[in-house]
Amino acid sequence: MTGWRAGIAATCLALALWQMVIWITGVARFILPPPALVAQTMWDSRALLAEHAVITMTEVLIGLALGAALGFVSAIALVAWPTARALVRPILVFSQAVPVFALAPILTLWLGFGLWSKITMALIIIYFPVTSSFFDALMRTNRDWIGLAKVMGASPARIMWHIRVPAALPGFASGLRLAAVYAPIGAIIGEWVGASKGLGYLMLLANGRAKTDLMFAALIVLAVLTILLHATVNTLCERTLDRSDVS
Amino acid sequence: MNQPLRMTGSATIDGTAIFSQLDLTLTPQSWTCLLGASGVGKSTVLRLFAGLAEGVTFTGDLSDPGRVAMMAQQDLLLPWLNVLDNVLIGARLRGDRLDKDRARDRLAQVGLADHADKLPAALSGGQRQRVALARTLMEDRAVVLLDEPFSALDALTRAQMQELTADLLSGRTVLLVTHDPSEAARLGQTILIMTPSGLVDVTAPTTSIPRDISAPDVLRAQTDLFDQLRRPV
Repeated sequence: MTGWRAGIAATCLALALWQMVIWITGVARFILPPPALVAQTMWDSRALLAEHAVITMTEVLIGLALGAALGFVSAIALVAWPTARALVRPILVFSQAVPVFALAPILTLWLGFGLWSKITMALIIIYFPVTSSFFDALMRTNRDWIGLAKVMGASPARIMWHIRVPAALPGFASGLRLAAVYAPIGAIIGEWVGASKGLGYLMLLANGRAKTDLMFAALIVLAVLTILLHATVNTLCERTLDRSDVS
Repeated sequence: MNQPLRMTGSATIDGTAIFSQLDLTLTPQSWTCLLGASGVGKSTVLRLFAGLAEGVTFTGDLSDPGRVAMMAQQDLLLPWLNVLDNVLIGARLRGDRLDKDRARDRLAQVGLADHADKLPAALSGGQRQRVALARTLMEDRAVVLLDEPFSALDALTRAQMQELTADLLSGRTVLLVTHDPSEAARLGQTILIMTPSGLVDVTAPTTSIPRDISAPDVLRAQTDLFDQLRRPV
């Protein structure tokens, strides 16, 4: 409960600072709208915000599911085949050196203005953290477990499935937690570059029409949804994948 | 397994000699204890029999023990599986049918019938090692390799585990690697000390195992082993 109280206190503090900046500087409301106005706009435009939030969250959830599945499979393949590891790992590292922002226009060109260019963007942004944290965990399997399994007559595939993968699930979970925070970033970048729906699109639209209050409202909705997504993924991981007793 | 298992030859890792001109024979259906200082290559001998000596170059003759069972100093229980599933892990890893009734019998033999559904983390160190023994029994192999399996246990638990293991593994060919002279004196039907210049055969008590810790011949053997081990090479 102290976590919740601290969160509420921090939110109140941020709102107070926000309001104080406006009082002290007297900044125009189309540059920095006061908190009360943003709250009013959130309530008045709730249908609009909900409609666009549903689009963005659809992109995020599909991207998260596909990225997690692809990362899961890739990490196992990289561990199982040393040749694949030697060939693919440099490419993976290089891919991280390419700013994903630069890929967004190309993805929009290839995949169109619809959902798929944003899903792909989210997928690309989470693929590396999921794959690399699961891969590292798979490579850290207790060698003595593997030795015992070999003495028992296990094939490499069965050692992978019955020992290495279950032992590495906490590592997969830490990748998923990062992915839950990164995936919305990918979707929003996709929406900025080219979209007709979604919170990122709404933010650009509101900004262009000097509706700063609506832009802030969309931003707050996005932040709250991201925090909820992270909390949900965190809880699911704690219930299913984490173990405090891994030796 | 009525053929004696024999290992004659030398082993190196990256060109560094681990042991040379070793000539070791395991008498069928009896306990052979291999004692020696750390780093003399005892565990390498065991790992060669197990087929796990990665990075070790062995030159010489090594009889194939077939599939063996192994028990180490760490219990190596999988923390995400309950006790029963840990006992069944060999069958699961081979894709064999899971014989839960037989696994429960093995757990009963080590006195853990009531703990089948618990996770390893809920057990004490001694109980965990008993689960490892049940898992070893479940494998039901003629040759069993024991790599200091009792050395992490407290003295009382260790004595109990030695007795239980000797009872349950009787009739099998057992290689026990240990650094504990008292353990060798209690359990060894053949006792060998491994030194850089080869194996030294020490006369073992002739009584049946597990022997009483305080029996005069056991105490005498233990003292002899201490003397041999302390003797400068």
